[in-house]
Amino acid sequence: MIEAVGLTKRFGAKTAVDQLSFQVKPGHVTGFLGPNGSGKSTTMRMIVGLDRPTSGHVTINGRPFRDLPNAQRHVGALLDAKAVHGGRRARTHLLAVAQLSGIPEKRVDEVLAVVGLQDTARQRTKGFSLGMGQRLGIATALLGDPQVLLFDEPVNGLDPEGILWVRNLMRQLAAEGRTVFVSSHLMSEMALTADHLIVIGRGRLLAEMGTQEFITHNSAGFARVRAADTHPDGRDTMAAALTGAGARVLKEPDGALRVTGLELPHIADLAHGAGVRLWELSPHRASLEEAYMRLTQSSVEYASTEDPRAELWEPEPPSVPAWEDEEEAPQAPAAAFYAPPPPAAGGQPFLMPGSPGELAAAAKNHPEESR
Amino acid sequence: MTVSSFPGILNSEWTKIRTVASTTWTLASALVVTVGSSAALCAVVSATLDDMTPQERLTFDPTMASFVGMTFGQLAMIVFGVLVVGTEYSSGMIRTSLAAVPRRVSFFFGKLTVATALALVVGLATSFLSFFLGQVILGDASVGIGGDNVLRAVIGGGLYMAMIALFSMGVAAILRGSVLAICMLIPFFLVISNILGGVPATRKWAQYLPDQAGAKIMQVVPGGMDGSTTTYGPWGGFGIMVLWTAAVVLGGYLVLKKRDA
Repeated sequence: MIEAVGLTKRFGAKTAVDQLSFQVKPGHVTGFLGPNGSGKSTTMRMIVGLDRPTSGHVTINGRPFRDLPNAQRHVGALLDAKAVHGGRRARTHLLAVAQLSGIPEKRVDEVLAVVGLQDTARQRTKGFSLGMGQRLGIATALLGDPQVLLFDEPVNGLDPEGILWVRNLMRQLAAEGRTVFVSSHLMSEMALTADHLIVIGRGRLLAEMGTQEFITHNSAGFARVRAADTHPDGRDTMAAALTGAGARVLKEPDGALRVTGLELPHIADLAHGAGVRLWELSPHRASLEEAYMRLTQSSVEYASTEDPRAELWEPEPPSVPAWEDEEEAPQAPAAAFYAPPPPAAGGQPFLMPGSPGELAAAAKNHPEESR
Repeated sequence: MTVSSFPGILNSEWTKIRTVASTTWTLASALVVTVGSSAALCAVVSATLDDMTPQERLTFDPTMASFVGMTFGQLAMIVFGVLVVGTEYSSGMIRTSLAAVPRRVSFFFGKLTVATALALVVGLATSFLSFFLGQVILGDASVGIGGDNVLRAVIGGGLYMAMIALFSMGVAAILRGSVLAICMLIPFFLVISNILGGVPATRKWAQYLPDQAGAKIMQVVPGGMDGSTTTYGPWGGFGIMVLWTAAVVLGGYLVLKKRDA
């Protein structure tokens, strides 16, 4: 169990974490979501005592981290996959960390097997990929067989197989009754892994609820209905029929209707009854990612703006009015619209050797040109 | 037992220190450079022994002569000390370590204990080797290990090296990294301290610098070799060096304790 009360961290004038209060309960995977720079890592660092909160406090199993008599047996953390000495081998790195708490050497080989690094255990870690680093970091967190586990962006740099493995590992750890706290900036990943979500933005708590609850709250389904263009008032007739049946209807810019509150078969029946021919009737679900974006929109730290390239481009010269020099636009035959451009007259369109060895021969004939 | 105890931390630090390549090459070069350049100087002295003035002959300190190479050998010790602490920061290992050991005081002093003990062992090996090889080369001008104060000077050579390493660890902990610490310490001990100690105008207070004061423990003939006299004896000088080191180590500890890792 992790409990934060009024947790605040300021770096100079910048408030990284602002009055954050939450609970992470055992037996669940709790996702910690927020855009980049929203204070997730700072919060995690405060939980394991690396940073001191400016105010407020956070406890693990009721005690501040620094007062835990035997920290590694209570909490294991993966905060930064690259926080290892590159010149040390994976196994000795783990051994050194294990010895800090008197954890037996046998445990090192156990966790190496759990994360699948037993074959690379004798390699120096500077040659590790990010994914291997993540596995080593997870092994470090598991060393003390702790009840509370923190993982900061554990799937970064992992391949799909690794992501699946992490997902299953988290679920399994939670099923064993442990407290699992995983941060991510990917809603889609958390929707698959976490039972419970804590969403923050700019260091403030935005939402704390179950994942299912979050999904039902934030992603309303709708149907898209498109009447045939051939009939001019098809759309209006359809909209009237739908509204009459109690649906909520929104008009989309391209002429389709966005319908909520009715099942698809019912909509089809209504269209049939109203004599409207449909070109589209499709189910849609606003993605969780969209809901999350809406939620965190105002609190994105690094919002991008259009690149004006002000100094890089000269303003366009005033163009010649179209009517002064009007020429017929060349008519492309409809059939050739998608055809590839014809080869240039007499030459080859691309540098493609007609036969193997042709390029090599050309290079031999004109060595200075080919360079 | 899985309590985060001091023996556990010593164990862990020993594992850390013996499993990186930098430990081997810094300590080996401290030994090789010291013994090698001391032997070379002794050979030069031995060859020019007849050209010495009576005054020079009187103040010639054969023990000190066999330690001259320490001026260069100590640089490798400095690098060793800096890297032991500094790479924890530069690699980020410090975060992994501190997330496992909440008690930073045990962690810091455990690390320093192991590294200093290792530096002391290598330092003693260096000074004994340097002494005996130097005396063999000096031949007629040599002294035996049983001479007055000679054993104290030879053991002092090892103590001096360990203290230089510990001093460097403290500086690296204050600066929280290797690069800046090395950039400050090497020029200081190689150039600045020697210039200040060599110029009469500044010698009066340069004698209290850690290396100038500490090196007096290796002297057998008072005022020998460089002809300078000090206001303290060999152990007094070493005591001054210990005070410097204690101050720096305390500073390093406070930085680790107060700052976010």
